[in-house]
Amino acid sequence: MSLLTVSHISKRFGGVQAVDNVSLSVEPGQIHGLIGPNGAGKTTCFNLITGLYAADSGTFALEGKPYSPKKVENVTRAGIARTFQNVRLFNQMSVLENVMVGRHVRTHNGLWAVLSRHKRARQEEAEAREKAWHWLEYTGIARFAHYRASDLAYGHQRRLEIARALATDPKVLALDEPAAGMNAAEKVALGELLKHIRDDGKTLLMIEHDVKLVMGICDSVTVLDYGKVIASGTPETVRRDPAVISAWLGGQKHD
Amino acid sequence: MTISSTQTPAAPALSGRLKLGLVLLILAVVIAPVVAGQLGGNYWVRVIDFALLYIMLALGLNIVVGYAGLLDMGFIAFYAVGAYLAALLASPHLLDVFVFLQVWFPQGLHTSYWLIVPLAALLAAVCGILLGAPTLKLRGDYLAIVTLGFGEIIRILLRNLDRPVNITNGAKGISGIDTLSVFGVKFSGVQHWFGMKIPSLWLWYYLLVLLIVLIIFICLRLQHSRIGRAWQAIREDEDVARAMGINVRNYKLLAFAMGATFGGVAGALFAAFQGFVSPESFTLQESIAVLAMVVLGGMGHIPGVILGALLLTALPELLRSQAAPLQQAIFGSVLIDPEVLRQLFYGLALVLVMLYRPAGIWPARHTGRTQ
Repeated sequence: MSLLTVSHISKRFGGVQAVDNVSLSVEPGQIHGLIGPNGAGKTTCFNLITGLYAADSGTFALEGKPYSPKKVENVTRAGIARTFQNVRLFNQMSVLENVMVGRHVRTHNGLWAVLSRHKRARQEEAEAREKAWHWLEYTGIARFAHYRASDLAYGHQRRLEIARALATDPKVLALDEPAAGMNAAEKVALGELLKHIRDDGKTLLMIEHDVKLVMGICDSVTVLDYGKVIASGTPETVRRDPAVISAWLGGQKHD
Repeated sequence: MTISSTQTPAAPALSGRLKLGLVLLILAVVIAPVVAGQLGGNYWVRVIDFALLYIMLALGLNIVVGYAGLLDMGFIAFYAVGAYLAALLASPHLLDVFVFLQVWFPQGLHTSYWLIVPLAALLAAVCGILLGAPTLKLRGDYLAIVTLGFGEIIRILLRNLDRPVNITNGAKGISGIDTLSVFGVKFSGVQHWFGMKIPSLWLWYYLLVLLIVLIIFICLRLQHSRIGRAWQAIREDEDVARAMGINVRNYKLLAFAMGATFGGVAGALFAAFQGFVSPESFTLQESIAVLAMVVLGGMGHIPGVILGALLLTALPELLRSQAAPLQQAIFGSVLIDPEVLRQLFYGLALVLVMLYRPAGIWPARHTGRTQ
């Protein structure tokens, strides 16, 4: 059974049909790439899945259970955590605090717990801190834990965003162009990290422009063009698909 | 992948220097009214007491502005709510207007402050939520305008609620408010303890210091908690905070309510301290002054906020009392009215701080930057 199933979703902005009857399914334990030329509707599709925009039509299901991405906080609770195309961190907070914010949705301390710091509250706080450290070490940025997030180097900021998303215990980790703005060495390291995350049993859905990275680490790929799915399958089959080739390189119109 | 071996650092042990500093600070706080009384008489103790009330206000506003990043320009309204609640429940005014109530209160209406202060906190919190609810979707400048309006509405309401039924006594204000008494000790006149004369201003001082310590304690617990982090996340990026699963609406309302609570308590104490309240004390200028204390000191950083409140209450007073004699001594006559000078310096201080220390005089520091 697919972990994440999206069926027939559409979204229109004024006169533009940004996403047109798109269906895709993400298998558990895989890295699923969402690719396409500029303006193909990848990010819109992504925002629909993660609840940033409301879809005009279509259904969403996570582990077979339908979820309604009307409220973005419910999507996170259901188990889809995302990163952003332009890194968006809590800049004035420390690196560690950023990741601890990721634990928010899995913890419960309310006003009374916070003020009294009773035993259970302290345990929960300690646990959140421990988990945050774990994800910082996992992503290799633990030595910057007490830095202000905005003081990190760009590549590390990207990693911090991933650590923060991982801290929400997601079933699906959704990455919006994780390699954007990275140099070659950073891209290789990122690819290793993403594979590592997959091998630890997580499922990843990612938008990416870098074809080499996508072909290198994705287990399956969905290709969008003009808001429609034009191909899907393994990277090997997709790269030979004539519709995909013409969408990327021009040439004959595929429709 | 690099797995670093960094472990959670234990809470830093108090270093010798820090301990010494803390002891000196406590000592300074304890003897401050004695020293001030010796140097400048009760006038200066009174100034310090007022500064303490402003610290309470600034710490409350700091939760809203500093932690949650919600620009609130009408914070003084909560101070007004607390003050008028105390004024109504502990002065002859209500019974004078509603004569039939005198049957139940033959000794007059003297509600205990043990009841008034929690009530003021509660009522202010409710007002905070009432203000917060319609402004949830507003950000930045727009929020500032609406909160400013709210502050003015409360003040104008207090000013005009003397007709048709005289509830607030309008612009004349309410006087004859009971003074505070704690465990039988009246906070007025002079107490004779152990052969020493203790002015009530000192008692007020120590009471307010105790309350401020309690407020700092609450603020610190909030700041370093799931709630504090949620507030800061909202301040930094509301959309991402939402994407992290934070219920932005509830946390904003909580920030408004918590901040207002401290404002309400400070207001009730202000009424008891002055024995008199009028709408004049709750103008927009007061809201701006409290906001300036928070911003000038260092938003979101408790020591900074306290410093800001102290500076902005003490320095204008210093100027007010010293400017005229100083000019007299140097120029032989008073060239510039001290009041004008005071406003000039106030504005100048704000401009200079914003230019050279945009994060405030004493902002929070991140330890990692020097690592």
